[in-house]
Amino acid sequence: MGINTLVEEVDICVVGAGHAGCEAALACARLGLDTVIFTVSVDSIALMPCNPNIGGSSKGHIVREIDALGGEMGKNIDKTFIQSKMLNVSKGPAVHSLRAQADKSEYSRSMRMVLENQEHLTIKQAEVTELLWEECSSENDTNVNKRIVGLKTYTGTTYLCKAVVLCTGTYLKARCLTGEAITYTGPNGLQPANYLTDSLVNMGIEVRRFKTGTPARMDRRSLDFSKMEEQKGDDPIVPFSFSSDPDAIQKEQVSCYLTYTNEETHKIIRDNLDRSPIYAGVIEGTGPRYCPSIEDKVVKFSDKERHQVFIEPEGLYTNEMYVSGMSSSLPEDVQLKMYRTVPGMENCKIVKNAYAIEYDCINPRQLYATLRFKNILGLYAGGQFNGSSGYEEAAGQGLIAGINAALSCLGKDEIVLDRSEAYIGVLIDDLVTKDNFEPYRMMTSRAEYRLLLRQDNADMRLRPIGHNIGLITDEEYEKFLEKKSLIEKEIDRIKSINIGAAKENQDILVSLGSSPLGKSTSLAELLCRPELTYDSIAPFDINRPSLPKAVIDEVEIEVKYEGYIDRQLRQVEQFKRMEKKLIPSDIDYDDIDSLRLEARQKLKSIKPVSVGQASRISGVSPSDISVLLVYLSSRGSEK
Amino acid sequence: MLNDTICAIATALSNSGISIIRVSGQDAVEIVDSIFVNPSYKHILKSKESHTISYGFLLDGEEIIDEVLVSYFKGPKSFTSEDTVEINCHGGVFVTNKILDLVVKKGARLALPGEFTKRAFLNGRLDLSKAEAVMDLIASESNLSLKSSVSQLRGSVYDKIKELRESIIYEIAFIESALDDPEHISLDGYSDRLLEKISDIEKNIEKLLRSHNNGRLVKDGIRTVIVGKPNAGKSSLLNVLSGFDRAIVTDIEGTTRDIIEEKITLGNINLLVVDTAGIRETEDVVESIGVKYAIEYAENADLILYVVDSSKALDENDMNIITMLKNKKSIVLLNKQDLESKVDYDELVKLVPDSLIIKTSMLNELGIEELEDSIMNMFTLKEIDSSNEVMITNERHKEALSLALSSISQVKNSIELGLPEDFYSIDLMSAYASLGSIIGEEVSDDLVNEIFSKFCMGK
Repeated sequence: MGINTLVEEVDICVVGAGHAGCEAALACARLGLDTVIFTVSVDSIALMPCNPNIGGSSKGHIVREIDALGGEMGKNIDKTFIQSKMLNVSKGPAVHSLRAQADKSEYSRSMRMVLENQEHLTIKQAEVTELLWEECSSENDTNVNKRIVGLKTYTGTTYLCKAVVLCTGTYLKARCLTGEAITYTGPNGLQPANYLTDSLVNMGIEVRRFKTGTPARMDRRSLDFSKMEEQKGDDPIVPFSFSSDPDAIQKEQVSCYLTYTNEETHKIIRDNLDRSPIYAGVIEGTGPRYCPSIEDKVVKFSDKERHQVFIEPEGLYTNEMYVSGMSSSLPEDVQLKMYRTVPGMENCKIVKNAYAIEYDCINPRQLYATLRFKNILGLYAGGQFNGSSGYEEAAGQGLIAGINAALSCLGKDEIVLDRSEAYIGVLIDDLVTKDNFEPYRMMTSRAEYRLLLRQDNADMRLRPIGHNIGLITDEEYEKFLEKKSLIEKEIDRIKSINIGAAKENQDILVSLGSSPLGKSTSLAELLCRPELTYDSIAPFDINRPSLPKAVIDEVEIEVKYEGYIDRQLRQVEQFKRMEKKLIPSDIDYDDIDSLRLEARQKLKSIKPVSVGQASRISGVSPSDISVLLVYLSSRGSEK
Repeated sequence: MLNDTICAIATALSNSGISIIRVSGQDAVEIVDSIFVNPSYKHILKSKESHTISYGFLLDGEEIIDEVLVSYFKGPKSFTSEDTVEINCHGGVFVTNKILDLVVKKGARLALPGEFTKRAFLNGRLDLSKAEAVMDLIASESNLSLKSSVSQLRGSVYDKIKELRESIIYEIAFIESALDDPEHISLDGYSDRLLEKISDIEKNIEKLLRSHNNGRLVKDGIRTVIVGKPNAGKSSLLNVLSGFDRAIVTDIEGTTRDIIEEKITLGNINLLVVDTAGIRETEDVVESIGVKYAIEYAENADLILYVVDSSKALDENDMNIITMLKNKKSIVLLNKQDLESKVDYDELVKLVPDSLIIKTSMLNELGIEELEDSIMNMFTLKEIDSSNEVMITNERHKEALSLALSSISQVKNSIELGLPEDFYSIDLMSAYASLGSIIGEEVSDDLVNEIFSKFCMGK
């Protein structure tokens, strides 16, 4: 019997073709590197195995950032959405968040087409079973002791490469649980990847086990929407991508529906808790608190009489409906009984059962913020493999991991977005710095500078970086510069136009519910009044130029919230100063007697790259940071 | 965080006649200039050359707090290598703390343990061999300050701050979970509810700030002012009080005023006793300044000891003094019992209905024990720690409470302006962090934990 001795040679291998893998592979290929993306099934490229939407609070921000940097997610959802909503419009601009319902199969098909047509990119259906590496060291980084040289697939083919990006999602040693029924499959019944974990462990990588879950899918025909509240999309629709033309994406939208659980539902759940794998202790993985199963909600929030349930279509050409708010790992018979207590679902038929899924992932503190393993040259990681959750979080990391894998192959400096530049920066910094015991989800409250990190200004923040990397074309960049200049000119203009305290002006102000002027006031100052808007002050501004809505929104926010924005900008200055104080990789914390023991241990294990990062490690106190600063400065001057 | 402006009392308060307040950082000159004038009431510090000393007054608004010498060292030729200003003031706990307070109000921050030295080192002022020592200093001072900080927070204060923080983080978590999951959690009508809650929080912080005053009594001593007409026996009282084997910690004589300040320990209580010029209507300019100071001190005192010469009839000057006792804790000493009395005891009781009256004779120390017991009963204070560290920590608590208070009023302001809810949580978070610094707790992941434990999120 012969053995497969096929050897291929490429620049970069991306393992997994979910949302992280797709962004990583596209970034590498677009930067001109010969790239292969591996997936256990070509039909599952950019699969959305859980909720049928993209975006939402803070996740919408991430999609905008991915787009601003030159990623694909925003463009792809703009092509395939079936309903769109801007959330939180009644709140401050920092928390406005776009969310779109996707046609799942269209989303997947459309992304697959983008991948298939991408120059330098090859799609390969194969299970990766082993990473190939050699020992090495680096002069600049004493943490380094290995280098990636390639990988092997289940069929025995070897791919030699300079870098590997791991985006294995929830596939590593995956098992799905529906009550007593356990299947050893990945999401949606797909083939799991059972071998790669052992190879990682052999390389000394620390692996952990997480769990997550998804609710049932119902047959649309079995639901009675007359008993539910209809939830419509926005008009007009705002696109995710800065490259999409708003006029071109307006379309007929489909509705979602809202209904509620009740006491009867909760009783069925409570009576059957012993059959839930989580409560019976069958599940060992740690589940996310923010996405609790209905069992969790009923147990933890027993005082709540009802929980919301959103019924969302999975696409235009399917009858499957997603039951948002009722993920579960209860047995099938209990599920059916429980779902049928909900108004409008009395006769529901389940197409796909709800299930919990367990999978292997890594402790992300083994990574630098570039998403490279600290001790392994050429090995990058992104997505749920890093212990996160959510399509958007995955895509954001995949993009950064891909960009950095490519930049390192090109011999260029890798990029790190910091906490003041992007939600993606916050996400990655949290992952690589903080304790994390559950799948990590982004939230706006995690961003300390969120007034600066708005979804509306993601292009202002990140387009130049994307252009620098080479993922934003000159043409797109020109378009951005034009928008930027329109904004700046308009802000200058309304700051320079003054309104006198004439009677007709006062009358208009009073009719707008505002107070009269005491003295001559600029349009910008007027705009700062909470009750006035750019639109409502138009009567004072006769020669106003006609501007795109995106420009007007930006002008309004920048002017209205200038005071708050300035305050955060000053905080950012201080923050940046500490981020710039770098800690050399060969630092010996045991040599610093004045550090407290706890701080020393944490610093040794996490190996922060800057004093700023060190200061965010729990257990490292401000006086430890002072000690560290003094130590570094004495060390610096020795050299 | 380097470069912002820090300040601290650079001298040990208890041992010196002159106190120095050191201010270092980019705004040091600006800050001190705003409160310092030369004898012609001009703000001149900014126009001064480096390494000069200026004479003048420190002002709190219009009011002169002290007569001072201000030294100016332009960076990098200073201890920290930054612009540094040192205010040499008359020692004494009131004045020094008041000046420090003022400098903080004008925008400086209380220095962290070892921070001046740290800055000096980082700015290259100390030689490398000192690195070890600097690190040790930072570590040990920070341990010490933490220890004294915690020891300061006896029982109820600690619990109260914890409770306030819990209610603040609950509100933030509510706002944040509604922002993260707007379809499950609604903020309709919330701002009115929040306004009510934070008004309550505000009241509580204000109460704590007032109680800081009691804490100060424990540590810094009860500000006790001895008043009375000339020759009533005030100075004798001071001498008697300080003569019974009691430690005199400081003995500072003002230069232009007839005021003597002494720290006296009575049992467990520290008294910071000020002997004042005798109060009477006077044409003499120098004396009238002394009288003015006496009245001012009495206004700020925690306890007034009013010494009455029982051998002389009460006159108009006594009536003036009696008006000063209103709303104050006071003890009237009917002195010179060894002489024939010309003051009617019953008449005096009517004049000072809220004061305790004790018959004394300084000559044979009659009534002194009763006086001591009365003071101890009036201020039922137990443990005492008068070390320098505790006081600084205490100032830091006060600073943190004031910061929390101003963050809370910012929230109120935002609500009144009708700003969106996400703005509230920014300032609520600052208040939460400020309060946390008092009990040595960081913010870290509190919020995320609170959100998940208290509010049921979607999906």
